[in-house]
Amino acid sequence: MDYLYAFLIGGGICLIGQILMDTTKLTIPRILVIFVVSGVILTGLGLYEPLVNLAKSGATVPLPGFGYSLAKGAMDGTEDGFLAALSGGIKNTAAGVAAAVAFGYIVALIFSPKSKR
Amino acid sequence: MANRQQKQVKQQGQSGQSGQTKKPSKETTKNYEQYVKQFTPKPKYFLNSIKAFVVGGLICSCALYIQNMLMDKGLNEKDAGAYVTVILICLAQLLTGIGVFDSLGKFAGAGVIVPITGFANSMVAPAIEYKKEGLVLGVGAKLFSIAGPVLVCGITTAAIVGMIAYFIK
Amino acid sequence: MKNKLGKQSFQFPFRPRIIGSCSIVGEKEGKGPMAKWFDLILEDDTFGEKTWEKAESKMLKQAILIALQKSGHEKENIDTMLSGDLINQLMSSSFMARDLSIPYLGIYGACSTMTESMILGSMMIDGGYASNILIGASSHYCTAERQFRMPLEHGNQRPPSAQWTSTAAGGMVLSSDDKGDSAVTQGQQVKEIYITHATPGKIIDTGITDSNQMGPAMVPAAVDTIVRHLTDTGRSPDYYDIILTGDLGLIGKEIAIDLLNGAGLNVANVYDDCGAMMYDKKQDTHSGGSGCGCSASIFCGYVYREMRAGKIKNALLVSTGALLSTISSQQGESIPGIAHAVAVTTERGN
Repeated sequence: MDYLYAFLIGGGICLIGQILMDTTKLTIPRILVIFVVSGVILTGLGLYEPLVNLAKSGATVPLPGFGYSLAKGAMDGTEDGFLAALSGGIKNTAAGVAAAVAFGYIVALIFSPKSKR
Repeated sequence: MANRQQKQVKQQGQSGQSGQTKKPSKETTKNYEQYVKQFTPKPKYFLNSIKAFVVGGLICSCALYIQNMLMDKGLNEKDAGAYVTVILICLAQLLTGIGVFDSLGKFAGAGVIVPITGFANSMVAPAIEYKKEGLVLGVGAKLFSIAGPVLVCGITTAAIVGMIAYFIK
Repeated sequence: MKNKLGKQSFQFPFRPRIIGSCSIVGEKEGKGPMAKWFDLILEDDTFGEKTWEKAESKMLKQAILIALQKSGHEKENIDTMLSGDLINQLMSSSFMARDLSIPYLGIYGACSTMTESMILGSMMIDGGYASNILIGASSHYCTAERQFRMPLEHGNQRPPSAQWTSTAAGGMVLSSDDKGDSAVTQGQQVKEIYITHATPGKIIDTGITDSNQMGPAMVPAAVDTIVRHLTDTGRSPDYYDIILTGDLGLIGKEIAIDLLNGAGLNVANVYDDCGAMMYDKKQDTHSGGSGCGCSASIFCGYVYREMRAGKIKNALLVSTGALLSTISSQQGESIPGIAHAVAVTTERGN
């Protein structure tokens, strides 16, 4: 059952992205930003958490899930004071960002771009 | 007096700008875009959407499968989630490096762009491209040319949300 | 102004000739329907160089050197070289010119560069400032894509209106004398090609801001230039065996035909577009080709050879350019379109 929800919710979020790509002139960086920021805001309003509980990876793997982790960290941090609220977002996503930067750098050093045919 | 003259000049400047520029009015542009539209084939909305839905859904389901497997091994949910994210990111970046991700993206569109894989791809793709411009200002800087705005906007909004939550409490 | 014709056009009474030409294209273009007209098809888009920019520069240099060789002239006989491309500050052209040590004027006309340099070259010859001029233009998919759009390995989808920047270069030798094209003239009677008229275009802005709609953004400029040229010279579209626009692409071509019809010009039999000709539908380029090299390679390949062989007598070449920059598009500016027309003929005339 979990897998079904993950499939439906995850697929649904991607579907929204595809519709944005096909029907608007939004460029990809903008779409990525919109997804992450809306994830943060929805979490702040308490609307994204139920989706995560329901669909697990279906809601955390798409980019709004990245926003969710950022906002969740910041909001959980409020318990421990101002500084924790400020830094909580980055702390909560540190593993993903560190991996993306470090591994990304290595990959870019190893490979070269190829012309399209 | 001088003041009034200045004002006049300013107004003239403004009216001159709107009167003389050859940039067409919004209406003309809109009409032309409408006219162009009848010659432009539509994207395959339905097919594209199905592909994005299925591929995106599959990625999320696989992620859940890996997460469950890791949790069976004794990791708590949070750590398992973080591992899954790291695995997906590394996989997407590797696929970008060997030149497969662009084909995947062409096929599945948002199905691979919207999951965290798209974020990973958007870091490596420009970095590889600018490798010849050096390891610092090439790879180092371009790693963030698309992903940077995502991080900046995301972190800023999260900090604001955190602040608001802190003061409301 | 004895050589100005009508409102915008020029005539060249001394009739500069095109005495040599060469076209080089990339791997993908070499698999398209125009493949048989090109002089050289790259096996690999890197052309053995380390960067895409070096590859483009080498491609342009080769095109110019082969054109020179075919014209039967030595480098020392060339008075000036006019060339342009799409990369910032004309990188490909300038580095090509660095190696050749011929007086060099860099030209930026976006994808209209080929006809722009043909016009300026013809004027220099007609005005007596030069007797032999080299002209060239190039574009490369990989250099243009990373400068204007997304990185190559990014997993984005291209919309149906997107055009494919051609990896291609063209070079020509314009001359006041009639030294023939040695490679073509061997053993057979070939026609001389003269440049008789030219019409530089006005910039026309349609207000389109989407850089994936370059073709439609350039059509009004192309149509304006064609109509202006025909009015100024008093010719009808039937006078030409072929009217060839640069890189409006498949969508742009349809719009251009419709707009020209609207202007009362029936061009259905003679009109075509280089961007629409360059690729096969199966090659999945969406709306066809674009880039300086697209029109340059088709003029220097297809049109040049067909004229030499006498199959085309009168041709009107109209390269079209979208004069956007990476900064202008980020600032939300619309795309200014331009088109320059050059009339070429094989008829000796007066």
